[in-house]
Amino acid sequence: MRYLPHTPEEIEEMLETIGVGKLEDLFAPVGEECRRDRDLDLPGPMSELELTRHIEGLVRGSRTSHSLNSFLGAGNYQHYVPSIIPHLVLRSEFYTAYTPYQPEISQGTLQGIFEYQTMVCKLLGMEVSNASMYDGATSLVEALFMALRIKKKANTVAVSQAVHPHYREVIDTYFETRDANVLYLPYDRESGRTDLSSLAEVEGLAAVALQSPNFFGCIEDLDAASRVCKEMDALFVVSFTEPLAFGLFRPPGEFGADICCGEGQSLGIPQGFGGPSLGIFTTRMKYVRSMPGRLVGMTRDREGKRGFVLTLSTREQHIRREKATSNICSNQGLCALISAMYMATLGGQGLREVAGLCHNGASYVKTHLERMGYEAIFSSPFFNEFVVNFRGKGKEIYARLKERDIILGLSLERYYPELEDCYLMCVTETKTRAEMDSLIKEVSSC
Amino acid sequence: MKEISELIIPSELRYTKDHEWAKKEGDRVRVGITDFAQDQLGDIVFVELPEVGTSFEQGEQFATVESVKAVSEVYMPVSGKVVEINESLVQSPEVVNSSPYEDGWFVVVEPGDISQMDSLMDKDAYLELLKGEES
Amino acid sequence: MLKEFTAQGTTSLVMEENLLWETSKKGRKGYSLPPCEVPEEEVEEKLKREDLPLPELSEVDVVRHYTRLSQWNFGVDTGTYPLGSCTMKYNPKINETIASKEEFTAVHPLLPSEMVQAPLRLMYHLEEMLKEITGMDGVTLQPAAGAHGEYTGIRIMYAYHKKKGRPRKKILIPDTAHGTNPASSAICGYDTVKIASNEQGILSPEEVERLMDEDTAGIMVTNPNTLGLFEENIKKISDIVHGKGGLVYCDGANLNALMGVVDLKKSGIDILHLNLHKTFSAPHGGGGPGSGPVCVTEELVDFLPVPRVEREGERYVLSSDYPDSIGRVHSFYGNFLVMVKAYCYILTMGRELKRATELAVLNANYLKECLKGVLHLPYDRTCMHECVFTDKGLLKYKVSTLDLAKRLIDYGFHPPTIYFPLVVHGAIMIEPTETESKENLDRFIWAIRKIVEESQTDPEVVKNAPHNTKVKRLDEVLAARKPCLTGY
Repeated sequence: MRYLPHTPEEIEEMLETIGVGKLEDLFAPVGEECRRDRDLDLPGPMSELELTRHIEGLVRGSRTSHSLNSFLGAGNYQHYVPSIIPHLVLRSEFYTAYTPYQPEISQGTLQGIFEYQTMVCKLLGMEVSNASMYDGATSLVEALFMALRIKKKANTVAVSQAVHPHYREVIDTYFETRDANVLYLPYDRESGRTDLSSLAEVEGLAAVALQSPNFFGCIEDLDAASRVCKEMDALFVVSFTEPLAFGLFRPPGEFGADICCGEGQSLGIPQGFGGPSLGIFTTRMKYVRSMPGRLVGMTRDREGKRGFVLTLSTREQHIRREKATSNICSNQGLCALISAMYMATLGGQGLREVAGLCHNGASYVKTHLERMGYEAIFSSPFFNEFVVNFRGKGKEIYARLKERDIILGLSLERYYPELEDCYLMCVTETKTRAEMDSLIKEVSSC
Repeated sequence: MKEISELIIPSELRYTKDHEWAKKEGDRVRVGITDFAQDQLGDIVFVELPEVGTSFEQGEQFATVESVKAVSEVYMPVSGKVVEINESLVQSPEVVNSSPYEDGWFVVVEPGDISQMDSLMDKDAYLELLKGEES
Repeated sequence: MLKEFTAQGTTSLVMEENLLWETSKKGRKGYSLPPCEVPEEEVEEKLKREDLPLPELSEVDVVRHYTRLSQWNFGVDTGTYPLGSCTMKYNPKINETIASKEEFTAVHPLLPSEMVQAPLRLMYHLEEMLKEITGMDGVTLQPAAGAHGEYTGIRIMYAYHKKKGRPRKKILIPDTAHGTNPASSAICGYDTVKIASNEQGILSPEEVERLMDEDTAGIMVTNPNTLGLFEENIKKISDIVHGKGGLVYCDGANLNALMGVVDLKKSGIDILHLNLHKTFSAPHGGGGPGSGPVCVTEELVDFLPVPRVEREGERYVLSSDYPDSIGRVHSFYGNFLVMVKAYCYILTMGRELKRATELAVLNANYLKECLKGVLHLPYDRTCMHECVFTDKGLLKYKVSTLDLAKRLIDYGFHPPTIYFPLVVHGAIMIEPTETESKENLDRFIWAIRKIVEESQTDPEVVKNAPHNTKVKRLDEVLAARKPCLTGY
């Protein structure tokens, strides 16, 4: 077996050195009561050729974003990944390494992550970033826990209903076992933005969390939210699922966000059926000791040369154990590196251009649907996602388009029952004019 | 790491089993960590102090000290209210290493019951404790 | 075996490279985009971003930058990487090729299930295979890493006790446990009670009996433990915990020692997490992404996170119709592309997984036997897939475990795990894995011997190591006192 280098002679020699007769003897500490009753019943072993054929059989007929004309967004986005990125990230010194515990031989990872931390702060207008978390949902949970640690006397967090429904489900899972309360804030039916009015009566508020652009694609009024948080002495948490919005729109840092966290998949990471993705987590320097996750810092070596190390490790589980800021160990390191490569490749100008293409495409589709009488139901400014009401014909239109390999978007009924027959649609820079026109034409003929 | 004979243990101070020192200053008590403690911790990178005005019981944790790879809790030698904290430790935590008994003090408290000082160890008793820990 | 080797680690032409923004030149461009085919839409002034000060680089700049950075890294592909409890085995390239297929990478998680049968089918069958390998009854692939799996498993424990109407407050955790164990329990809201290992380095049933009560939700064990020893009393311990209504959680990070040999369920385990990026050969990525599936017994299957992959004849669907489920722990289904690699690995190995385990254990015992005269071995008996030494043999030369580790780098090895577990003084935890040849092990043993010799004859060369790397020892005190966490 090609991954197992031992020859029978070598095994003999090694057993002799150890002083046992056969391999089985090495498992003497394992009692009968723990032993398997039978051999492993698994497919394989397969040669490369057999495995390749097996996989080809498995994927036959399965659809991809390339063979479909899809307008799905909702937390996972189809963006173009520049070709240099897969080449660079598949350099095995990056992906076959582990946590940079020995910094002298991990400067590649460490400088790469330091650059990621820096650029993500620039993108979001924040002061410090960690080396990544699992995804946008767990980042938001960590942000809420961090706020509760900082505001020791508070025990409530307020979260907008317009935050991604899956993220809210994850929040519910984590908060159910804790002493703190989660208060969900309604959204305004007309604007699509969070309604903050109920906050005034809340006592012991540690944080207010919005998502912007929110799940409906609407840009939230971060100015107003920031003011409310100041009045209530609560931390202002802004989450996001589509960071490319900040190529065009002012980032949460400029509105005084205390924590800005979210999903970084749009920054060069494949859709991947939902994972791996990238949990981005940023905050202000004054809160850095409460921040979860790994941190890379710059320093000097004993010869005065610049170098990078993991730092402020006493926050983390391997030192602080049950008092740690989080239990996170392995994070999404390689994905953070990918996003750094993406930001380095596109630069500020490139991100602005990609964002522009997304926004223009979304505006174009939205306008044409409105002309057909299918209104976009929320009035707020948007980036590349919006919600359309198909006036009772939604299911029919969806089905008809699907037959033609067009995916209309995400039906919202199961998440927001009041939004009957509404679909969340997304347009990115990967949509050609022809593809957009094809959707419009097919919808109009229903 | 220093040998026991190299450790500084001023005779006018009182000591706890967790390696804090306490110094009577009129009706107040100044508190810090001992030379042994700072030597064990290595280079100190961060000290977390309580807010002025908070009260603690004898034996209650009131501060933490961090080196690169470890965190240590610091406990109150006597019950009392914190009336002063050593702000300079925020900028220069290394002072705890270089001057644990002078510039590296942590807090000054108004003790609830000054007689609690008598329950603490004197220099000889603390030295015995250290010798015991070594073996 | 006193063969002389030449050191594999050498110096070479390693290129310096700036930080990205130091190379940046205004006006440089590294990307290409198609022109806009639809009307341009303006964004309202007060929302419009003024500037986005990211570096401006050409494509060549970016490619050289990351190529050079990669040359500063040591990976499994570079050389022997015996990091204890991390299972740094070879990462098969066919797995990378397959995981790059667009039917896996270019798929939106919310497409209608009939369009995404490939990923669903792969996930379903991966779950089945993991059940077979572990002996457990149900699996979730949602957690994105081991610690995430630990949280999920403990969260299931919580849900179980809540449903029984008797929520409990404490969890027993061995003193040798990985830091994520108490941290994960604390996130769930439990208090941790430390349980000491005995003189043999394993847990004793008497100690568990003493501490286990009806206010304890259960125990978190690691088997084999972080000393590389099989927890021989696990069945007795499980019986004691079950006897008081508790559950047994097993940290499965060390599963590489057990495949094809141990039936986890039979040994009394109720909940187990796995690390696909350790045991199942998915790459470690410099710090992730990993994948931490959780396996449970029949009794706990209803609590698994949703959505779950179900099979309906020849079709695979996602279902959330499980009222007792703990809910979601991830925005979608977990780190799917990592699962693909594990799936490929299991199919490649088949029942040879047992062979991998046998050879991993052979390698560790061989190292233990050959090094025990050179380094101090606290538990001198058969180990499993890893062995732990102390720094007792080094201290008399005033050389520390850290110094040994740094000098190993000059010899072309990634150091083992150091200073963990905490119960061993100056711990050196060595896990070779089964993909290291005897020659690599012999060279490693020779290197350790040389370094111990050097500690006596020329200690400065050890204490000032590494000498051949791009940077020498770094000032971690400065980094912590004056944190510099962004570049500009």
